[in-house]
Amino acid sequence: MITVLFFAQIREQVGVDKLQVEANFTDVETLKAHLCQRSEVWSAALSSPTLLVAVNQTISPFNTKLTSGDEVAFFPPVTGG
Amino acid sequence: MSISISVQRDDFSLSQEYQRLSATTSVGAIVTFVGKVRDMNLGDQVTGLTLEHYPGMTEQLLNDICQQAVERWAIDDIRVIHRVGELDIGEQIVFVGVSSAHRDAAFDACSFVMDYLKTKAPFWKKERIGQGDSRWIESKQSDIDAMQRW
Repeated sequence: MITVLFFAQIREQVGVDKLQVEANFTDVETLKAHLCQRSEVWSAALSSPTLLVAVNQTISPFNTKLTSGDEVAFFPPVTGG
Repeated sequence: MSISISVQRDDFSLSQEYQRLSATTSVGAIVTFVGKVRDMNLGDQVTGLTLEHYPGMTEQLLNDICQQAVERWAIDDIRVIHRVGELDIGEQIVFVGVSSAHRDAAFDACSFVMDYLKTKAPFWKKERIGQGDSRWIESKQSDIDAMQRW
């Protein structure tokens, strides 16, 4: 299984903060494409040009390979401080 | 040398943090920064903030940032506190404190940690404006520029 997390605007748009998917995606891009098929809302949220992804809590490119047990998080640019 | 990171809901005491940083006699300089919730943003009256974060990744990233500072400057201790949850205007959000033998290292390391924190650490601010409205704060190019000078 792969754990998928959503934060901030992305979390609000898709309406969930966490879900589990089967680990049958080669990379983040494929996982994202799968999630975009859920609905137009999901597609819009995850098609944001500023969308960032962290794999196992490290900011990563969208072609990062995924394996079972990975944690993938989608979120907008950070605004703390 | 020590690095200490806290991500917490509770407020912090500047004087307590200062006393901890100044406890060693080798310390000749202490620089502290406190970020607060401002009452205006983009021309609108702000009544408060909600701060969201990515637990685990946040602490790890703050620790990485402080490690980089320690490798780059001759500093003694670094303390970072970042609050999360609901905050009202005037409340403290973030504390960065650096102690060192001399002031230049402390000033630079403190600025470096803040600039990196603002552009790298996974926190997100949502501000409350007017009568029950709220909006997510957008990231700013000026913050990215500030980080890139390092």
